[in-house]
Amino acid sequence: MAEPFEPKLTAFVCNWCTYAGADLTGTSRIKYQANVRVIRLPCTGRIDFMMVLKAFARGSDGVIISGCHPNDCHYTSGNYHARRRWMVFRDLIDFVGIDLARVTFSWISAAEGAKWASLVNETTDRVRALGPYQEIGKLAAAGIE
Amino acid sequence: MESLQRKAQELLAAGTVKLVIGYGEGTGVRRRPIFVRTGDQAGSLVLDPACTQNLATYLTKAEVRALGRTALVATPSTLRSILQLAAERQVREENLLALVPLAGTIKELTTFADIEAMVATLPDEIARADQEMLTQLGAMSVVERRAFWEKELGRCVKCYACRAACPMCYCERCTMDNNRPQWVPVASHALGNLEYHVVRAMHLAGRCVRCGTCGAACPHGIPIHLLTFASEGSVRRQFGQPGGASSRPTYALATFKPDDKEDFIR
Repeated sequence: MAEPFEPKLTAFVCNWCTYAGADLTGTSRIKYQANVRVIRLPCTGRIDFMMVLKAFARGSDGVIISGCHPNDCHYTSGNYHARRRWMVFRDLIDFVGIDLARVTFSWISAAEGAKWASLVNETTDRVRALGPYQEIGKLAAAGIE
Repeated sequence: MESLQRKAQELLAAGTVKLVIGYGEGTGVRRRPIFVRTGDQAGSLVLDPACTQNLATYLTKAEVRALGRTALVATPSTLRSILQLAAERQVREENLLALVPLAGTIKELTTFADIEAMVATLPDEIARADQEMLTQLGAMSVVERRAFWEKELGRCVKCYACRAACPMCYCERCTMDNNRPQWVPVASHALGNLEYHVVRAMHLAGRCVRCGTCGAACPHGIPIHLLTFASEGSVRRQFGQPGGASSRPTYALATFKPDDKEDFIR
């Protein structure tokens, strides 16, 4: 019998807020689904738009991008710049035919451990319902990388 | 056509410019760029509706820069490109003379302010066929759009003609040419092609002047200009900044407003 589909999520999070928030989820002993792989980056401003494509190409079924709330950026304005970039990037990936429901954006502060748990749970449930995502991954398989 | 040839001759004879970049006879009905260095070459300049390529591409080339002041036969898109290059500090005002064909005569524009004033009076529209395609694509489902681009970009041979033709792709070292580390696969296969064109569209967001020269340069006729039109349109719609409208540095993605829209962030 085939195993039921379990989605793989890649989360790109900033070091100062969301990573610390996810850490708080753990120290608070809040349980959440184990489908997420967390990648820690200095700032949401560091999250290159290509990382989203790379994640899909390497088999992610969904991507979470999360960082500090506006006004809370450790580097003052990294998240503001990132937000503008996402506003345009979302339009563009929608235009090239990547399902926006696969990409989740969020602000999670270092004090919001519970929000991290609920974000991961909700995203995992949604992506599980959507099913596996191979639109980009199959392109990678078609050629050398 | 004669007035342009005469103007080029005068400018070169007077030493006002060392080079006139314009259009000459190409294969069949197509026109190709020519570089006129002396007065007697001015006779090969052509001016007709087939002259559409954006010649601003050549302004950032080291060989052209080395010659000092250059005159450039400019279409409306070329003028916009000049302003965008000016905003990005890529052309100097004193090194440029735009020759704009206008009702049988040639208008000389020497300052960015003059070019801005002229651009403001010109209609800012894309070709009807392109508009129709954008509307069609917008009406498709995301799955249909993916199928469309998978098929179209599958024909890309990664010749980089689009990059070479684009006035805004002036980086001397493009991230596409980096192979250590290799960010985007160089070979022309489906994933590398998609990544390349997404990178190009993102890098041109808010900078594209919608001249369509990249799409015209594509040897396979892939409508890649629609990708940069889409990213430019996104910036235009959300931040109210069309590409190439001003010579002041106002790049939308290099700044922010605290109250930018965030309905997609939870």
